[in-house]
Amino acid sequence: MKTTKTNRMLLIAFAVSLLAACGQKDTAEPEAADAAADAGDASALKVGFVYVSPIGDAGWTYQHDLGRLQMKDTLGDQVETKYIENVPEGAEAERVIRQFAADGYDLIFTTSFGYMNPTIKVAETFPDTTFEHATGYKSAANVGTYVARFYEGRYLSGIVAGKMTKSNVAGYVAAFPIPEVLRGINAFTLGMRSVNPDAEVKVIWTNSWFDPGREREASDVLITQGADIVTHHTDSTAAVQAAEEKGVYAIGYHSDMSRYGKTAHLTAVTHHWGDFYTKRAQEVMDGTWSSQNVWGGIKEGMIKLAPLNDAVPAEVATLVAEKEAAIRSGELHPFSGPISNQDGEELVADGATMSDEELQKMEWYVEGVQGKLPK
Amino acid sequence: MNEALVGIILATLGAGTPLVFAALGELITEKSGVLNLGVEGMMLVGAVCGFAVAANTGSLWLGVVTAMTAGAAMALLFGILTLTFQANQVAAGLALTIFGVGLSAYIGLEYTSVALTGLQAVHIPLLSSIPLLGPTIFSLDPLMYLSFALLAAISYFLYRSKAGLLLRAIGESPTSAHSIGYPVIQIRYLAVMFGGGMAGLGGAYLALVYTPLWVEGMTAGRGWISLALVVFATWRPARVIFGAYLFGGVTILQFHVQGLGIDLPSQLLSSLPYIATIVVLVLISRDINTIRLNAPASIGKTFHPSA
Repeated sequence: MKTTKTNRMLLIAFAVSLLAACGQKDTAEPEAADAAADAGDASALKVGFVYVSPIGDAGWTYQHDLGRLQMKDTLGDQVETKYIENVPEGAEAERVIRQFAADGYDLIFTTSFGYMNPTIKVAETFPDTTFEHATGYKSAANVGTYVARFYEGRYLSGIVAGKMTKSNVAGYVAAFPIPEVLRGINAFTLGMRSVNPDAEVKVIWTNSWFDPGREREASDVLITQGADIVTHHTDSTAAVQAAEEKGVYAIGYHSDMSRYGKTAHLTAVTHHWGDFYTKRAQEVMDGTWSSQNVWGGIKEGMIKLAPLNDAVPAEVATLVAEKEAAIRSGELHPFSGPISNQDGEELVADGATMSDEELQKMEWYVEGVQGKLPK
Repeated sequence: MNEALVGIILATLGAGTPLVFAALGELITEKSGVLNLGVEGMMLVGAVCGFAVAANTGSLWLGVVTAMTAGAAMALLFGILTLTFQANQVAAGLALTIFGVGLSAYIGLEYTSVALTGLQAVHIPLLSSIPLLGPTIFSLDPLMYLSFALLAAISYFLYRSKAGLLLRAIGESPTSAHSIGYPVIQIRYLAVMFGGGMAGLGGAYLALVYTPLWVEGMTAGRGWISLALVVFATWRPARVIFGAYLFGGVTILQFHVQGLGIDLPSQLLSSLPYIATIVVLVLISRDINTIRLNAPASIGKTFHPSA
């Protein structure tokens, strides 16, 4: 009797752990959504998109889908597009990408970091198909990579935060300590301190890209600890909602999230892939496509700031517009020296600017970020 | 300091409440001898249905009621499979979760863009102005008060009422209960549906109060945590609640530790709520007699009334 009960408890514990993993996977059952209107024209360029999450109404995948729609709008009948959303990274992704290639798609965009190896692998077997992988670092003759200089927008939003904060503390809800996220935190901090040298940034890591409850909890904690502006590098709108409810300011990410916090939402760093998608599709049609590592920012229109809240004074808006123009012209680089790390050690000398390669490997906090970087 | 403490307590209550609802519901289900692993699915379906109704009608309370109904409907489906058709409970429960995840995503397609104002806290006059106690006990949202009331009601029901005794008897030995004329299957149906309703309520708390929005998979494993809480708390309501708040509290505290910049790896901190809750509950429940006394003897076993 005793043993059966112990066994049962073990079984439950096992089932729970197994299903915690499985449950996640099921959410991600890919759902093919072929726009019926697209089908037909045999001469059209067939363009496939692989998305890591549902499109929804805000966030990373939503912005990619806006890009797809813009491309369709611009190129009209010349292209036929199809997307598959909610594709888990890993083996499932390889199956989906392979299916696209086998179905005769000419150009396939894979829009998540974890699709890197599957994309490269499928590209080897389909040398005549063109692939574009977002945020990765592996390319091939028929695989290009693309990513945006999110940090340029972060720097500008930091200026807004630095001007609007009263407590001189901003809270940053972040997912994982990888270079891309660290660049964002550092650029935000540099922007904030460029107008408000006393400002500090508190970071909380949620260790999850998507968990609205946790993002909410982290935001609440940051607000309790004195932050009067919160921003986030996670996928839900929970931080903006928390700020709205607690009466502090928020800066959104990926998409304009003003709908979720009418008074709180100061601005957002938004992503725009449409021009890039259109250009690459056109190049494939013209036969001029070549594998490149594209890193586009404000200048290329890949990164923008969402409209500023009315609460932001006109002179701040002007300042932000000036800085934006300076970044666009190349006059201003957020990671130009002097930049010190948290220990006050100067890592970038006055007049020097970090190279793209250095930026891609960033693994430290700038001065003004509180707390130690998790290793 | 005081303000920080209030913040921590409020955040702990908020993080624990969805677990309290789901775990208390599952506790009743399991006490009747039925193991329903579909909590995550029932929570999600409850969350999305509640959110959809609240968004369409503008009534949050109608949303809460719908969420409970939807959770109970999911549980009814489980009941039909396992109680009427005597399917394996573990398999049916897992299927229910998988089904719930997909169904909720489908129902929620149109609602990912909707923003709602969640249920607001109720400030009880006079009492809410007491320092410390005021903001932490007398200014909570209505569903938190409901969770306290439910704990009291469920404890009373299980250990002080005849109906509760009957429920436990059925969980211990359905054959004996059946042989003296009690309708085992009907009572198990009720227990299962109560569990579903509570899971739906937990989902509603997430979608209508805690983070008033709908996104796919927004429960993020809280259904599984609730299931584990019931087992590790050895089927005792007060311990289940304690475990839920402990989990919520450690979650919040580890964020505070991070925010204060204390040098600990965040990955370790993130796992702390799970470790702490399991260790503490196992320690307080480690007595084998406690487990034996409280674990429903017939849990997970299919009951054939004819046998």
